Amino acid sequence: MSEIINVKNVTYRYDDEDQRAALQDVSFTVTKGDWVAIIGPNGSGKSTLAKTINGLIEPDNGEVTVGGLELNEKNVWSIREMVGMVFQNPDNQFVGSTVQDDVAFGLENLGIPREEMIERVRNALDKVNMLEYAEREPARLSGGQKQRVAIAGIVALRPAIMILDEATSMLDPQGREEVLRTVKEVKEQENLSVLSITHDIDEAAAANRVLVMRDGQMIQEGTPESIFSYGEKLIEMGLDLPFPERLKASLKKQGIDVPQDYLTEEGMVDWLWTYVSKK
Amino acid sequence: MMEKLIFGRYIPGQSFIHKLDPRSKLMGAIWFIVIIFLANNWLTYVALTVFVLTAVKLSEINPKFFINGVKPLIWLILFTVILQILFTSGQTIWFRFGPVVISQEGLLNGAFIFTRFVLIIFMSTILTLTTMPLSLTDAIEFLLRPLNAIKVPVHEIALMLSIALRFVPTLMDETEKIMNAQRARGIDFGEGNIYQQMKSIVPLLIPLFVSSFNRAEELATAMEARGYKGGEGRTKYRQLAWENRDTLVMVAFVCLSVGLFVLRT
Repeated sequence: MSEIINVKNVTYRYDDEDQRAALQDVSFTVTKGDWVAIIGPNGSGKSTLAKTINGLIEPDNGEVTVGGLELNEKNVWSIREMVGMVFQNPDNQFVGSTVQDDVAFGLENLGIPREEMIERVRNALDKVNMLEYAEREPARLSGGQKQRVAIAGIVALRPAIMILDEATSMLDPQGREEVLRTVKEVKEQENLSVLSITHDIDEAAAANRVLVMRDGQMIQEGTPESIFSYGEKLIEMGLDLPFPERLKASLKKQGIDVPQDYLTEEGMVDWLWTYVSKK
Repeated sequence: MMEKLIFGRYIPGQSFIHKLDPRSKLMGAIWFIVIIFLANNWLTYVALTVFVLTAVKLSEINPKFFINGVKPLIWLILFTVILQILFTSGQTIWFRFGPVVISQEGLLNGAFIFTRFVLIIFMSTILTLTTMPLSLTDAIEFLLRPLNAIKVPVHEIALMLSIALRFVPTLMDETEKIMNAQRARGIDFGEGNIYQQMKSIVPLLIPLFVSSFNRAEELATAMEARGYKGGEGRTKYRQLAWENRDTLVMVAFVCLSVGLFVLRT
């Protein structure tokens, strides 16, 4: 499998006089087709890291390579074509006056001919199940729908990578679920690599690799199962602990011997009833 | 409330006027406001009134909306009309009371001014009621395009206009939220004397201002991430289509203008 993102020894300070670097010698790679989640408490440098990948921030030191292209002034626009980004606030990334105008915005920027644009806008909206809302204004959409439009805007550009920068953190549970489902579907259909920065355990669980950041450094890396088994330490890592984990921690306090590895809600139910019936 | 006042005025429809290209509507409205000053006798005013009423009829919009458009301005109109009546000197004096002189010419002039105001309001109301704000910005961009030659950033102006329009409801929501938050902290909006009312606006405006700046910055980042690098090399998703009916409307305006020249004294 080939590497699609390669970040090597990246350091960045927002202000030269800052004592602490926002990113301190960070290195990681993303393989094509991967879904990588980055977790960490607020201010740990996750969003800064995301912005270095498509050149919204220029690192002080280190190298960023995306899709084989080194990130520099010459390549930055080609890299932005390859990397689609969904931001946190659904309203503040909605440029167009209607859904279809917003999806078309990125295509207009690339100078795509109008006929092709119409085709690609319809296609992308169809993929996120928002086609029937094409004429709607953003004020008449829910947060989850706006984020799905943002995803359509990215899909229309046919990128190789999608970055979710806390894209679900401002949504209600239903919105989160619908956005997460859309990301999963689109990732499969379009053969995308996904990098998601998140506090949401379900979003992190959807990844096949989880990176943990603290104070601008990468401190842990592993599969979701191995990371989630840290139990209560996850709260320090900036994750909202999933219910089965919280239950496990409480059971442990009661002196009950619980399995160490991560269990989904269903897994937990299975374990519980076998445990109780064995007793 | 404010939203209804300024932008909620578009009334969707399928009438002849709705289907017109926004460019022909905008040009027509401007043209009308210019040629209305050609009218100087009752014949020309009748011609103009018939023209406007035909347009109102074609728009298939309840005339009540047009009357509502006049209402907020009625005092200004009446004031101007009264000034005209009082200060136009004329030969045929109808009424004299000390310094107050009302002449036939004064009354006629007053009636003309009144008609002129109402017609202009009706015409611009037709434009705003039948055209989406977004289409209107498209039309403005098109009409300003010649200014590109003297280095006016027409594309940027149009984009700014359309983003501003798009954020109106968002900022309205936000204002509502901040108002509620400040009410919960004990601020009364719209109560007390003028000074107190103005003071209560400050804790509303400052958070709104700060958050708008944050929004602007995030929006700029998002636009850049989506490859926005200015107007150069951009294609347009929205396209305006000039059709026969638009030419027809322009011809109608030319006929009206010629008619006014013939009929005026």
